[in-house]
Order: sequence, then structure tokens, then C-alpha cells
Amino acid sequence: MSIGLLETGSGYWQAIIWVIITVIIGIGVLWLRNKGKEEYKKNTNQTKPFLSGNPELTKEDSHVGASHIYWGFTEALKHYYQPLVNIHTGNINDYSGWVVLVMAIIFIIVGVS
Amino acid sequence: MIGNFPFVAVVILLGLGIYTLIFKKNLIKIAIGITLIENGTNLFLITLGYRKGAVAPIYTQAPEGVPMVLPTPQALTLTSIVIGVATTALILSIAMIIYKKYGTLNSDEVRRLRG
Amino acid sequence: MSGILTHAPALVIALPLLAAFLVPIIGRFNRSKGLGWFVSIILGLSLLMTLLMANHILSNGPLIYVFGGSEPGLTLPSGYTVPIRIIFQIDGMGIFMGIITAVVSFLGAVYSISFMEQHSGLEKYYTLLLLLTTAMYGMEFTGDIFNFFVFLEIASIASVALIAFRSNLSGEPAEAGFKYMVVSSIAALMVLFAVGLFYGQYDVLNMATIASVMQFTQLDKIALILLVTVLAMKAGSVPMHMWTPDAYSEAPAPITMILVAASQASLYALFRVTFSLYNITLNTVVIGWIIIILGVLSMFIGVTMAIIQKDIKRLMAYHAISQTGYMLLGVGVGLAVLANPVALESFGIKAMEGGIFHIMNHAMYKGLLFLTAGALFYRTGTRDLNKMGGLAHNMSYTTVFFIIGAAAIAGIPPFNGFASKLIIYESVYQFNPLLSIIAMLVSILTLASFVKVFHSAFLGPKLEQYQKVEEVPKSMVVAMATLACIIVFFGLFPDVIVDNLVHPAVMALINQVNYTSAILGGM
Repeated sequence: MSIGLLETGSGYWQAIIWVIITVIIGIGVLWLRNKGKEEYKKNTNQTKPFLSGNPELTKEDSHVGASHIYWGFTEALKHYYQPLVNIHTGNINDYSGWVVLVMAIIFIIVGVS
Repeated sequence: MIGNFPFVAVVILLGLGIYTLIFKKNLIKIAIGITLIENGTNLFLITLGYRKGAVAPIYTQAPEGVPMVLPTPQALTLTSIVIGVATTALILSIAMIIYKKYGTLNSDEVRRLRG
Repeated sequence: MSGILTHAPALVIALPLLAAFLVPIIGRFNRSKGLGWFVSIILGLSLLMTLLMANHILSNGPLIYVFGGSEPGLTLPSGYTVPIRIIFQIDGMGIFMGIITAVVSFLGAVYSISFMEQHSGLEKYYTLLLLLTTAMYGMEFTGDIFNFFVFLEIASIASVALIAFRSNLSGEPAEAGFKYMVVSSIAALMVLFAVGLFYGQYDVLNMATIASVMQFTQLDKIALILLVTVLAMKAGSVPMHMWTPDAYSEAPAPITMILVAASQASLYALFRVTFSLYNITLNTVVIGWIIIILGVLSMFIGVTMAIIQKDIKRLMAYHAISQTGYMLLGVGVGLAVLANPVALESFGIKAMEGGIFHIMNHAMYKGLLFLTAGALFYRTGTRDLNKMGGLAHNMSYTTVFFIIGAAAIAGIPPFNGFASKLIIYESVYQFNPLLSIIAMLVSILTLASFVKVFHSAFLGPKLEQYQKVEEVPKSMVVAMATLACIIVFFGLFPDVIVDNLVHPAVMALINQVNYTSAILGGM
């Protein structure tokens, strides 16, 4: 199949074959899933998650807000994020300052080389 | 030597403009800083167009045998001045809106957008 | 037909420009959707014309148009050794960017029909939109460096006014507009200064002619530094990126999409300057590495800042910075090995293809993502992710489009982002493995932050205040659907685009001789 065949420099990429394989695997997974038992008791404790005996939260309460997502990630990288956020002052003087600074650095690099 | 004075003025204007942009906190002064850089650039262009002993390219008035300058730098400068007027007008009107909404023109306080 | 084609470079500029001045008149009679339809039709026509030109250019070579000349193709009338008229020179790279501009501005206008319906002052909005489109076309097609400055200024003025368009409600859009105006004025004036430096030495303004006599003197070095810095800033590369999130988040959503294309026009100019104007006269390794380092910084800092954002459009704007890094990386590698024919042949051209292909892919999927953010804002009235939730229940089309866009930007097969990122990874790996690994890491972080957006905006239970939210109006769905179809098509058949559009664009950049001889004849 030559259409859809992308040469990537040191290999090839064929999206259509990828899609076909994904579909085949997906069908297999669905088939496996459908082999599960159907005779469980609906609307009993069997269908509920077990949270160490604690009462289950309602759906409205269990929604995690955007600020709480990746809390651990940002907490672990606090020393990286603190200076980075401090650089983004939002002050227009700093915006111009950065341009001049970068220009000066490139000036030095190109001038020396 | 004296012919280089306009270029010195260009450098001074550019330097003052950049200094204003970086160190002045008032938004109107920042607008002035941009105008300074713009004038420096315009002066640079117009200085490039100067040719000693040549005359302006007006065909009906030109004396015989004297070279005429190619008026491209002058045309560029005119275009740049016109654009500069538009820029200045826009930037000042936006500064006016900012003053209406924020009640200040200090760039340390006009930074609700950050992070 | 051939008459249209001969004059197409001028018409494609003239059509939106003249329409921009017609819009206020039409706006006096029809204040509602009619205006939006008119603008969409005009931009649709210029899209058709761009495609017509693309067809011509890709089979017959560059298109030259001399303004004010006796003949459009006559660059050097008898007696002239240098061209003195303004010339439009559209080669593979120019038309590649032109197609992006045409598609994005057309879809932006279509999306605006419903999105901006409730606003007053629509005739001003559409006038500015058309002017911005004109300026972008001009930046991409022009062969005259002063003309480039003029279009750059038109683009900045139009986009500043559009960013500040909603400042009647709050002060933030005006603040963003002010910041963008200051940085883009600096950029434009430095470009003008560089123009002065070129004119002072070579007495010409035509880029091809300057390229043919380029000496790389000390003054040329200064001009190069000025141009590289300010054009990289206009493209939004770290550490000069701070205007990007402000401007992108405060502009109306369709304008944000067009602004992405406008900053890519600056990126195009950066490549044009380094490749066509200077080419191997400059120290390609040093300048190439400067561009690569700017690219890597943009990629990494952009994506890490995106993860901690709470404003949906601000988050996407940081991703725009991060994706710009990929383009700078790909093309920077090409530039770094430009003087080395063996390395250029083995991986440099491929790296550039990846970078250039990524420009188009990015314009499409980032446009789609900004449009979905606009759809969320249209229905919920907020951009704060903390206040959103459960919107997938009511906005199913928007959800699907968001998934497609997010998968494409994160580089998940079979969408288009994967194809271009794969080329970049594999070819950059041969240049320097570390750069390729950083690029992959950034891709993972991109996916992580879009999972965050998807979870907090679309998933979860229906929130109280959004019980009655509906799907967005048709014109917005159509614009988003078109972009989604383009993304899927590019993802499934990347070779069609790479072979027919991207490869000629890369070759147009690398072969400086073709660029100069198109104007000066076989010199």
C-alpha cells in the first residue's frame, strides 16, 4: 500500500494499518469483555465500589476540580515552578527587558563566533 | 566626522527609547519610549538617503548636470511615519481604556494577566 | 482563467483589503448575520484563489508579480540591473503558509457568524479581521523587505485592536492589547532598522537581490541578530513569550485561531530571513543552535507552564508556545547542517520537513482547540476550568472535536500531530539524541495537561448551573468539524501532504539560487 506510507527519515509510518490493527484489537477486547458473567445482582452492594468501609461520596462531591489535578506533580517540582512562575510577572517592562536581554546574548554569541 | 553625528543621534534615541521601555513604569511614558525608537529609526533611514551635492528629484526644477537622489529612503520614512501615527494613536487609546478600567497607569499594577 | 492566475497574487491581497472597506458600508444596512456571511464568502473566494495559485506553483514553479509594472512577470525592465518595483514572489514555502492563512481565516469568519452575533460593533470586528488576513497574506507572499515591514505593522495593529475588542466588559483585553502592541512595535521597528541597514549597504529592498549580493559584513550580522530575535519573539519563543498567553487568552476565540496563524507568519519570516536571505553566508552552526536552543526552551517551559494553568485559553496558549518549539527545533536542525551536504541529505531535509509540516498541523489542531474553548466560553460564560464540569453530557459535538484536537496535539496516532512529531523525533535523533528525548518528554506532558482539561471541563456529573447548556450553533459546529476532518485526513494520509506541499516548501527554503534567479534571471 503506497498511499498513506510516510517516510520518516529512518523508518516508515502507515496510519491505515495502525487503524486496522487498533480496530481488530478493539474487537478482541470487546469480545473478551462480553464473556464476563451476567448473573450479578443489580442495585446491590455488588455494583458499588468498596472504599475501606467508608460511605461512598455522591457524584457531585467526587468531582475533582482543575486546581487539584496534578497537585503532587507541582508540589514535587516546587523548586522548579517557584522561580518560573515568578519570572512571569505580567509587567510590560519585563517583556521589553527580556527581548533586549536575549538580543544582547545572541549579539555576544554571534560576535564571538 | 561631523557627517556621523546623525548616526550618533540615532543611537542616543534608540538607547533612550529602550531605557524608557524597560525602566519607566508609566504606560504613557512607555508609549513615548516607542515613539523615541521610531524617531531614531526614521532618522536613520533619512540619514541614509542624504547624498552630498545631489538635488531633490523634481524633474521640472532640476538644474542641468547635477545628480538627483533616489528618493526611496524618504518614501520609506514617510510610510514609517504614517504607520507610527497609527501605532501611537492605538497605543494611547488603549492606555486610556486601561486607565478607565484599572484606575491607574502604573505598569506594576496593570498586570492582572500573569503566571 | 489564465488572466485570473496571472493577477492572483495581487487579487488575493486586494480582495480582503477592498472588502474590509466595504464592510462598514454593508454594516449600516445589515447588522446581523449578513455581515458574517459576506466576510465568509470573501475569504472563501480568496481561499479558492490561494488553492488555484498553489496548483500552479507546485507544477510550474514560483509565481512572480511586479506591482505597477507594464507586465506582471517582468522584474527587470530594460536598462535596470536591480528590480526597483515592489515584487510579490510566491514559491513553495510562501504558498504553503498562504494555504494555512486562507483556511484559518475562512474558518474563523465562519465561526464568527454565530460566535460574535451578540456583540455590537461587528462591522469594526470584521473590518479588522479582513485587514489581519490581508496582512498575513502580504507577509507570506512579499518579496520586498520593506513591504514585509508594512504588512507586519498592519498585522500588529489589526490584531491589537482585535485582542482589545472585548474591553467594554473588563480591563483585561485592553491590558493584553497594550502588551502586545508594545512588543510588536519593538519588533516592527527593529525590522525597519534592519531594512535600513540593508538599504544602506546594497541600495535595494528586494529580498532576492539582497540575497544575491549578500557579503555578511558586520552590519549584516547586526541586521541578522535584530531580525532573528524580534521574529522569534513575534513567533512566541521562550523567553520572549510572555505576551502570548495574555493576547491569546483575551482575544475572541476565532481571533485567537487567526493569531496563531499570524505568529506563524512571523515564524515563516524567520525561516525566510535565515534561509533565503542569508543561507550559507552566515555561520549556520551557531545560528542553527541558537534557534534549536530557543526551540527546546520553548517546548519545555511552555508545556510545564501549561500544566499549572487554570484558564483554559491560557493553558492552550502555553501549548502554542510549546508547539512552536517543535517547529524551531526541526528547522533549526536543518539550518545547523545546511553547510554540510551529507548530513543535510541524510537527516537535515527530513528534520525540516517535520518542522514545516508541524506548522500546518499546529495551525489546524490548535485552531480546533481554541474553537472548542470558544464554544465552552460561548455556553458557560467562563474560561476558568475550576468552574466547569460535566459539559460532555450536553455538548457532544464539542467533546468529540476536543478529543480529536487534544489527541492530535499530544501526538497520538492516527492524528496529524503524530505524523509530524514522528518525523521530528527520528530525524533529530540522528543529529542529537538528547533533543529528541526532550521532544518526546514534552509530548507526554502535553498529553497530561490535556487530560486535565478534558477531565475538568467535560467529565464528571452535570453541574447545577449548566443543566440547560446546549450544543453550540451550526456555524460554529461546521467550522470545528472542517478542522477535525482536515486533522483526520492529514493523520491518515500524511504522505500526500508531505510529498506535495511540504517537500517543495523545504526545497524552496534550501535552494537559495532558485529564489534569487526567479527575480534576477539566470545570474
